[in-house]
Amino acid sequence: MQAEVIAYSPSRSSQLPPQPQAAVKAPSLRRAQRDPAWVRWGLTAIALTAVTLLIGIPIVYVFVEALADGPAVYLHNLFGDPDTRHSIYLTLTVVPVALVANVLFGLAAAWSVTRFQFRGRALLTALIDLPFSVSPVVAGLMFVLIFGLQGYLGPFLRRDGYALMPYLTSALVVLLAVVAYALFRPRIASQRRGLWKHPWLSTLGGGSLLFALLVVAQQRLGLWPQNASLKIIFAVPGLVLATSFVTFPFVARELIPVMDAIGPDEELAAVSLGASGWQMFWHVTLPNVKWGLAYGIILCNARAMGEFGAVYVVSGHIAGQTDTMPLRIEKLFQEYNLPGSFAVASVLTLLAILTLFIKSRLEQHMPSHSPATSAPQGATKS
Amino acid sequence: MAHVNRRILPGFSLTLGYTVFYLSVLVLLPITACFLKAGTLSLHELWAAVWTERARAAYLLTFGTSLAAAVINLLLGSLIAWVLVRYPFPGRRLVDSLVDMPLALPTAVGGLVYASLYVKTGWLGQFLSPLGIQAAYSRLGIVLVLVFVGLPFVVRTVQPVLEEFDPEAEEASSSLGATRWQTFHKVILPALYPALITGFALAFARSIGEYGSVVFISGNMPYKTEIAPILIVARLEEFAYGEATAIAVVLLVISFALLVSINLLEGWSRRHAG
Repeated sequence: MQAEVIAYSPSRSSQLPPQPQAAVKAPSLRRAQRDPAWVRWGLTAIALTAVTLLIGIPIVYVFVEALADGPAVYLHNLFGDPDTRHSIYLTLTVVPVALVANVLFGLAAAWSVTRFQFRGRALLTALIDLPFSVSPVVAGLMFVLIFGLQGYLGPFLRRDGYALMPYLTSALVVLLAVVAYALFRPRIASQRRGLWKHPWLSTLGGGSLLFALLVVAQQRLGLWPQNASLKIIFAVPGLVLATSFVTFPFVARELIPVMDAIGPDEELAAVSLGASGWQMFWHVTLPNVKWGLAYGIILCNARAMGEFGAVYVVSGHIAGQTDTMPLRIEKLFQEYNLPGSFAVASVLTLLAILTLFIKSRLEQHMPSHSPATSAPQGATKS
Repeated sequence: MAHVNRRILPGFSLTLGYTVFYLSVLVLLPITACFLKAGTLSLHELWAAVWTERARAAYLLTFGTSLAAAVINLLLGSLIAWVLVRYPFPGRRLVDSLVDMPLALPTAVGGLVYASLYVKTGWLGQFLSPLGIQAAYSRLGIVLVLVFVGLPFVVRTVQPVLEEFDPEAEEASSSLGATRWQTFHKVILPALYPALITGFALAFARSIGEYGSVVFISGNMPYKTEIAPILIVARLEEFAYGEATAIAVVLLVISFALLVSINLLEGWSRRHAG
């Protein structure tokens, strides 16, 4: 009981040294906060009933239904149907791609927003939150309008998409090379030797050489099909785009408060001691934000795996081709194949439970984070 | 300070450039396309698409069910937050993590389970159907899944405020002779208002755009149980891209208005809480 009273005001108990006064005060505080027993039991009963009815029973029900005909049928439902197998495979390919893109974006956004002051910073932060309030269906529709057959870029990409690919991929690789050059360049002038001394020469010369080489190599090797049309909507790239759109705020939103709280001092120290950009990131920034990053990745992954609305619109529901696991659930449901539907649902439910478990573990490492998406339990428990 | 950073810390133009590029490709470009497409319709066509009887029924249903669900979430969510913070009971940590479940569980799974639980022969539907209540494939079903989807938002905004609430204020109130109800009504509740409003707005905003769970339980009957996102998909499946976009623009504008008001509310509550 004593501990519980202290737990109500964690900030003060950690800042002030323990005073004898506190011990005297505690009982009276407790009395002031105490409700009549019937209120306590009544409210607790209502809360427990609500959580059980709304959340507890549905979770139990998923597994009861999935395993109703025994584990053999369950496994057959899950892995016996080639379309279901393909949906699992598709989810496992789409989600990692979206996740990597969103982690890179989250790191870049958090770094620029928390470490630098620039015009339009508030607008940028607000834009990051946008997908939370846009209906997933509308998000999917927007991509259909751009890349669909009747969209703005769709016909062009279908005709010339693959012809452009060698140039696009080469440009991407060159961009990455330039970034790597900038990151690994020594920060202290006396340590720069050879090509490190001539950034413009190395970037321009090396960049164009690399670009030319890559384009010629790709064309010689015939990496891209010649007479095929590039599809984005009703194909895997569209799924990746839609999933990325819906889930990109998660990593950035978790990282921004963490980086803000840590402040730039350690990074400034590292750089002034001669660390290159990469060394600073790898040895200072990343270790500092790793729990926040992990937290963001977990939430982003859960949402990406389960995304339905946006993916529904861009996928075209081609069984065995563009059905992800949530879409497969819907299709099986429409076909009155409830056992199959629940089998797929049980996998996603297990994933959700795992997500929550890891999340509560991570919260013990992170005293503070955004209130809307997190449990404050960890803060008071410590 | 900030300008010093820009000269010393690396990666300003790199990270900002990438952030802006990513946001442009993924957010600004699609939204522009959406408004451009809506702009190709004449004002008359736009109106005809946005204001049909079917569309009006869909807006009304979307708003009505979202509002009902958000109000239920407000009451239930703050009650659950109160119990979780104030009354220790066995299994409290389990309940606390269960509250996060709707955020982690795919909405399609939620919709599937609710639809199967509340049909006439389902676990919970069998108790309701003798009373003449049909939960699955009705408006009630839509409200139910929206309550499920929005519940964590209210709990998770109210809970930290309750935990940080200064017990001395309550002590002062009771030592001045206030009854427990007066203390709650006059001291605790006013401090919770900002969090309650924010939680309500978040749950409401989430409900307006919700699709995955509703599509399972609503039955999608035009005029009766067809919410606006479902209407958009229906229009798309008829290849009526213009009409779909027009309705989408209506939803987008509403979302922007909600986003702005949530941000204003958060700023307002931060100023008043501080």
